[in-house]
Amino acid sequence: MAKFFRTHATETALLVVIAMISLILSFATDRYFTIGNAFDLLNTSSVNIIFAVGLLVVLIAGGIDISFAVAASVVQYGVALFIGWIGGGNWAIGLVVAGCIGVALGSINAGLIQMLGIPSIVVTISTFNIFFGFLMFFTKGVSIYDLPDWLTTRVVLYERQMADGSWVEISLPVLVMVLCVAATWALITRTTVGRQLYAFGDNPEGARRFGINIAFMRFLAFGWLGLMAGIAGLVQAHYAQEVVPNALYGRELDVLAAVVLGGARLGGGKGTVLGCVLGVMLTQITQNGLNLMGVSPFAFKMIVGAIILVAITLSSSQIERLLPFRRHQGTTR
Amino acid sequence: MDQPAGDKPLLALRNINITFGGVRALRDVSFEVRAGEVHCLAGENGSGKSTLIKIITGVYRPADGAEIEFDGKRYSHMSPVFAHARGIKVIWQDLALFSEMSVAENIAFSEVVGRGVRLVDYARIRSIALDALARLGVSLDVDLPLKQFAIAQRQIVAIARALVGEARVVFMDEPTASLTQSETDNLLAIVRNLAASGVAVVFVSHRLAEVLEISSRLTVLRDGRLVGVYPTAGMTQSRITELMTGRTFDAKVRAASRDDRRVVVEVDKLTRPGQFSDVSFTLREGETLGITGLLGAGRTELAMTLFGMLKPASGTVRLDGRPVHFSSNRAAIDAGIAYLSEDRLSLGLIQAQSIADNLVIASLRKILSGGLLSPGRKRDLVDRWVTDLGVKIGRPEDAISTLSGGNQQRVAIAKWLATEPRLLILDAPTVGVDVGARAGIFDIVAQLADSGLAIILISDEVPEVYFNADRILHMAQGRIVGSYDPRTYSLHDIEAAVYG
Amino acid sequence: MSALLQRLNAPFVRDMAGPGFAFLAVLIAFSLASPQFLSGATFGSVAFQLPELGLLTLAMLMPIITGGFNLAVTFTANLSGLTVAWILRANGGVDASPMVFAIAVVAAIGVGALAGFIMGLVIAFTRAHPILVSLSMMIFLRGLGEFLTRGGDVSGFPDFVHPIGHGSILGIPVPMLVFILCVIAWHVVLTRSRLGFSTYMIGSNIEATRYSGINTRRVVILVYTLSGVMCAIAGIIMMARFNSVRVGHGESYLLITVLACFLGGVHPDGGFGKALPVFVALIDLQMLSSGLNILGANQHLATAVWGLLLITVMICRWLVLHVRFNLAPDRR
Repeated sequence: MAKFFRTHATETALLVVIAMISLILSFATDRYFTIGNAFDLLNTSSVNIIFAVGLLVVLIAGGIDISFAVAASVVQYGVALFIGWIGGGNWAIGLVVAGCIGVALGSINAGLIQMLGIPSIVVTISTFNIFFGFLMFFTKGVSIYDLPDWLTTRVVLYERQMADGSWVEISLPVLVMVLCVAATWALITRTTVGRQLYAFGDNPEGARRFGINIAFMRFLAFGWLGLMAGIAGLVQAHYAQEVVPNALYGRELDVLAAVVLGGARLGGGKGTVLGCVLGVMLTQITQNGLNLMGVSPFAFKMIVGAIILVAITLSSSQIERLLPFRRHQGTTR
Repeated sequence: MDQPAGDKPLLALRNINITFGGVRALRDVSFEVRAGEVHCLAGENGSGKSTLIKIITGVYRPADGAEIEFDGKRYSHMSPVFAHARGIKVIWQDLALFSEMSVAENIAFSEVVGRGVRLVDYARIRSIALDALARLGVSLDVDLPLKQFAIAQRQIVAIARALVGEARVVFMDEPTASLTQSETDNLLAIVRNLAASGVAVVFVSHRLAEVLEISSRLTVLRDGRLVGVYPTAGMTQSRITELMTGRTFDAKVRAASRDDRRVVVEVDKLTRPGQFSDVSFTLREGETLGITGLLGAGRTELAMTLFGMLKPASGTVRLDGRPVHFSSNRAAIDAGIAYLSEDRLSLGLIQAQSIADNLVIASLRKILSGGLLSPGRKRDLVDRWVTDLGVKIGRPEDAISTLSGGNQQRVAIAKWLATEPRLLILDAPTVGVDVGARAGIFDIVAQLADSGLAIILISDEVPEVYFNADRILHMAQGRIVGSYDPRTYSLHDIEAAVYG
Repeated sequence: MSALLQRLNAPFVRDMAGPGFAFLAVLIAFSLASPQFLSGATFGSVAFQLPELGLLTLAMLMPIITGGFNLAVTFTANLSGLTVAWILRANGGVDASPMVFAIAVVAAIGVGALAGFIMGLVIAFTRAHPILVSLSMMIFLRGLGEFLTRGGDVSGFPDFVHPIGHGSILGIPVPMLVFILCVIAWHVVLTRSRLGFSTYMIGSNIEATRYSGINTRRVVILVYTLSGVMCAIAGIIMMARFNSVRVGHGESYLLITVLACFLGGVHPDGGFGKALPVFVALIDLQMLSSGLNILGANQHLATAVWGLLLITVMICRWLVLHVRFNLAPDRR
């Protein structure tokens, strides 16, 4: 256990911070420390957590992706059109179609990065504009409200009435989220290609000398994020019960901030699923707590931004010597 | 050493050619190594040693017509996974380790490569790693991430990685570069054990003394061509240097007395706990002070303290008689101190930027005109120093990385001379500089001393300071433990004292 | 003589190749597609719309050259605009005097500089990744702005503010003049000042720069502070153009500024990039947008085509490199 704290410093720190915030909130509000609220938190965080674990894989492989959130919007429209075309469908078909479109969009990024040999940020900022521009152009910014029943009906997997009369429930998004988190965890910690992703992000040249297929690494990472983005898009459409073309616009930076807060490193080789989930939860818990404390919703983002800024400042200055700054590590100290 | 497996080579390469960007990096090279042999691969930087290793291990594919014979079978090329599975292992010069992954995964990384997508067997990885470390007689906590270990321990991890599975041929590319003497001795013992157990070891090192000590045969490359294969018995360091460079060198002691000159620097009981303590010396105009000692003796820390990048805990430094306290290296530069870093690639020069920018970076104030940088003055300054130091360049706007090591080092020296220093500290100025170009660097150093500059020459190669300094200080564990005059001591005496 | 000329021109031609090629391609394509394209009206629309994006791109440029990013550019501009708006409103609103406006402008620049200064301080001293620092600053500033304005508009400025956004001097729109002055200023800073020199060096290797006696922390802080100042100028121009300030104005420009920098040949990892090629790249983007507008398409299509343009330039660069070296080594 002590070893876990030593090797997972970021996760430990996040857990402590979350525990402290929870403790304060449980004294400051009646509602916070209830099972109902905990389940609310899970339900509302699901989409972001799915995005986050997908992005984590790309960050581990040493890349970055700005386009995944608008790609998810493209997926929403693609799925809506497809199920309109086949007339009906169900969750299985929806998830498969969403996943396929997502993987295809992710592969465009991977293909361009691999072929042109340019940094992923250049490629994904381009595809961000291409995806979003074409989406808005072809949809003319029109939302879709008339979605099939299977997509809009809330699926409650578990519900229970509490002593105070309130209901707690776990809905489908939470199940999908748990599956995505488990699958990503299995991919990056339990499979050989997952370990290759870490190695490739950590030391690309070293990985190359072991004969690791670099093109495959890129397609795997961006394809996986595409898959997660596709699924997250569908789940978000289900959660919001509508498809709005710019609903997810801007989400990419919030998710990026949360993932990096969770210990993933821009530059590759580092990051865990646990840290990633905790990073998202910390921002959600903060918002949730502020909400329960009756703070103006307009102040949420300001406080969340300030917390991230302070967290980054503190964590970076403490473990500065362990973190190589970009490419150059001071060798003499 | 004898050759237990007889004279038939375990690994043989013939007709190796490879071209990069129109330049033929290797030309009709052949190479062979026998089981149980320690074979040295020697050559200057850029002679093709690393390229040859990358071909043998399948990282590069040679041009058509190449023949690789391993264990009686013939191949036209290799692949990394294939080579590794057949027992061809490499300890890379840059180690090629993964700093965020655990020691166990680093050692047994081949377990997760190749053969499709599989589940990771962590128990197996752990036992493989522990087993490999046990064979080296080392114990490390294999569950901790590699980044928590010091460079010497990482070297051990890289060695352990090469021993995983059945190692038949092990290539070691500059394995002692970052090791202390006792760690090096340890490594050489491991190499002998490996060879005794029938493994072929190919050893690449620029430390010729090690080469002579450990190997039984020697293959020399020059400019991508094979010079020849020689038995080590009867070889001398100077003979190897001749073969590597194609030229002969005769070194003679340059030391002279400068006692009549004015004192430039006086260091008195300078101390930084844990790094160096009670260091005192004086240095006069035109004098070259050699500081030698093993890695970790505190030499670089001492230099960085004089240069204002580290603060001394106690003691004083006087420059031209006045005590100085630097708040930053900028203050030290302004006071007339220059420091040529030992790490030219990542600290000494900015590889991606131009020759001209690298040359003027430390003396921007000298090319100001009306508060702005003047392109004309910059050009004049660059032209002057490029001519003065005989740097061979294409255009000043070309990236410095396009130059050879020797020419880069000349630019790095010019960069500091442009600041018009009183004291120039040269920290390992010949690292990564070809043997043939080293003499040119030291000719410059001698001229600078003659022109009145005070110079501190730091090197872990005793001959370098012996032939080029007026006085030699020996540092060990942060203290000055000996002071020698090259005119009264023999090279052998000083080497015996330093290398113990 | 010709050798000398070649020597002088070579780097300039190399920097201008990407954006210059795109410029010609866009110009020719739209001239053929629409006879109205080559007209004063197109010039006018480019000249009026370019400065907002352009000033924000300049704010993004220097941080990218140091190897960083400033993702807070748009919201820093918003908050600076808000500062002007509030000071005007608190001192008479539509009746405020030019003196009040001058003070407000100084205060706005101070606010922009402060936001940049804080980011620079955190980046320089903690070595946290600039993307993260500026991202959290962006989230903070957006929240702060929304909190202070409750998501609404602030408007009601004196009449003399209007010409700053809509007036012309000698036929050149005032925002364009401001922008051109800023481009020149940035060009001089980057090519002729010690700060600019150090900016490039830091972008390639910050430790080696420090070893060369340059106070790298000071440079990083200054770069982000100047970036904040440029955001403030953008915010003031935006305020005058829209005649109101709203947090979120120009938000969609954020990633376009990065795109414009890359199109202008700025190296994504830092160390290389010049103001003038970025200026040309911005004109490319705005011409594309205006041209598509003439053909009846909307801004969203232009956004998509901007992305395609950058990819196209990258593909062309790849082709040029690979044709020149004939892909000699199989380094795989």
